[in-house]
Amino acid sequence: MSNRQLATVFQRCKAENRAALVGYLTAGDPDPVTSRKLMLALAAQCDVIEIGMPFSDPMADGPVIQAASERALAAGTHIQDVFEITRAVREAQPDIGIVLMGYANIPYTMGFDIFSERAKAAGADGVLIVDIPPEEGQICDDALATHGLDRILLLSPTSTDDRIRLACKHGTGFIYYVSLTGITGANMGDMGDIRLKTEHIQTMTDMPVCVGFGIKTPAQVAAVADFADGVVVGSHFVSHITANGGEQATCKALSTSAAAMKEAIRGAAAA
Amino acid sequence: MSQSLQNLDFSSMYDLEIKHAPDAGGHFGKFGGRFAAETLMQPLKEIEEAFFEAWADPAFHEERLDLLKNYVGRATPLYHAKHLSAEVGGAQIYLKREDLNHTGAHKVNNTIGQALLARRMGKKKVIAETGAGQHGVATATVAAMFNMECNIYMGREDIRRQAPNVFRMKLLGANVVPVDSGSATLKDAVNEALRVWVATCEDTYYIFGTAAGPHPFPLMVRQFHTVIGQEARAQCLDQTGRLPDVAVACVGGGSNAIGLLHPFYDDSEVRLVAVEAAGHGLGGHEHAASLAAGKPGIIHGSLSYLLEDEEGQISGTHSISAGLDYPGVGPELAAMLEMGRLQLDSATDEQALTAFKRLTRCEGIIPALESSHAVAAGMLIAASMSPDQTVLINLSGRGDKDMGTVFELLGDELGGDQV
Repeated sequence: MSNRQLATVFQRCKAENRAALVGYLTAGDPDPVTSRKLMLALAAQCDVIEIGMPFSDPMADGPVIQAASERALAAGTHIQDVFEITRAVREAQPDIGIVLMGYANIPYTMGFDIFSERAKAAGADGVLIVDIPPEEGQICDDALATHGLDRILLLSPTSTDDRIRLACKHGTGFIYYVSLTGITGANMGDMGDIRLKTEHIQTMTDMPVCVGFGIKTPAQVAAVADFADGVVVGSHFVSHITANGGEQATCKALSTSAAAMKEAIRGAAAA
Repeated sequence: MSQSLQNLDFSSMYDLEIKHAPDAGGHFGKFGGRFAAETLMQPLKEIEEAFFEAWADPAFHEERLDLLKNYVGRATPLYHAKHLSAEVGGAQIYLKREDLNHTGAHKVNNTIGQALLARRMGKKKVIAETGAGQHGVATATVAAMFNMECNIYMGREDIRRQAPNVFRMKLLGANVVPVDSGSATLKDAVNEALRVWVATCEDTYYIFGTAAGPHPFPLMVRQFHTVIGQEARAQCLDQTGRLPDVAVACVGGGSNAIGLLHPFYDDSEVRLVAVEAAGHGLGGHEHAASLAAGKPGIIHGSLSYLLEDEEGQISGTHSISAGLDYPGVGPELAAMLEMGRLQLDSATDEQALTAFKRLTRCEGIIPALESSHAVAAGMLIAASMSPDQTVLINLSGRGDKDMGTVFELLGDELGGDQV
């Protein structure tokens, strides 16, 4: 069973001659009920939404997303809440791409088969597990493929050509290029280097290549949109949850911020 | 009368063959592996290659063994604890005196090896996590000797519990970085060290402190610690004319346990016992017994037994000893348990403290609270055996660092306020 939704989303963006906007929030942050509304507000502006599965030990995340996980878990978020939020997003936005993102131990504990079945039923199109590199894919690849979920793999500045080939062989949907050697929310590296590496990866695969980590401003979004197939904004969106009190204000801030990012992408396409 | 230790040739005790190696991906059966973020995959591969290259190089071992002998003070003695054996009234208890190593615990065996590797790889900076502070001290020590910049990540709660070790690390020139996230203990220190390493792997080597984490750490840390069991094996044969009936070690992440037990892997007549921290008792949640009470899961780069809730969130753990206060365990011990080559035991905080007092009073040896768990279980095992049998216990570290904790618990009993 193959999934075409992510491919369709990127084709649509390409037809508009622009990059896709990929937004991230942690499900259940600051609590499951509020999170659903925030996620819907962000999803309305994005081409692809990454729904973070909160985890007690987010080893690849910076302080902002660590705090999001801690808030979500402290508010009693369960994996069922993640699926319910996913379902709500899918119902509201039938045409966007939805990727569940997180760490291996949550789906491993549920069992990848059951996890994949529930994720698919909730409306997810793909799954990105930070700590399952292609070499360890035997524990999840079959289950994801059976249930028609894309397996999104990461590449980074330290990835050699051998590793790029490996990720392109085992990954589906899109490639997520981590623009810096560091954790989420860190400062972006040199844009010229990011462009070179992204374009190099693009020559090695037909999959779209999205660039993320450290992208916080519309200007950075525009610069990345100039060469990447998608631009991922995560920590910056999550930071609105701490910066603004109140559900309505946070929804509005997210919406405004995401709209500005989308505008920057369209501007880059027009330039 | 046994032959003296001097009759044992130092370097001939060590077998450099890598036995029971994991598969090419670092899997011990279904456990282990390399569950790491993409950014770390290439640095880990480079460490793996450098390790195998170094291990095949006689010059590497020459320098390593020279440092172990003349800097660390190996071989550590095997001590026949006659008084304790008599008091327990069962098997003869032999203590492998890792507490006599330079820096006071077994940890330095590994930091010497990894620091040599870091130097070979041209890395000028090292980082490490630490729980009880023993690995931090051992890392800071070799960093001082090799003139490397050193950052140690340590949970805020552990900094409070192990103040003397924090001071030692600072004296040695290391920067101790407090970690406030999560439970502010060892697992969070590992998380933070991994985050820092992701950002600095270009010029920084991560000296992982236990036989866990992503491949090649479980294999490499084991190889650097098997000097413990290889010496103990030769010393047992020398002093008693036979192998021990039982070998006992405490387990947090499992570095001293795999170091002592692995060289007896193929001696099927030797019972191998891992002693976990039962904290306030295995019936509740306040313990750190991942093998006894956990289930397979993925954390810190490998698949092994984990203490977690039903959805896979990692649980808070508890142990009187910071060094055992860890929700995971090395993958090879998990594999040995599943194939029936490892026997599990545990000791509560109270049992460990009782053993701590007993060994101190009976033999004049103050053990680390971690090692006290092995002593507690080892004494019970010995009590059920006959006087012509032997129990080998790894005394992985000395108790100087635990004076604060023990003073809080026993101070009154000893008229502490009048000291």
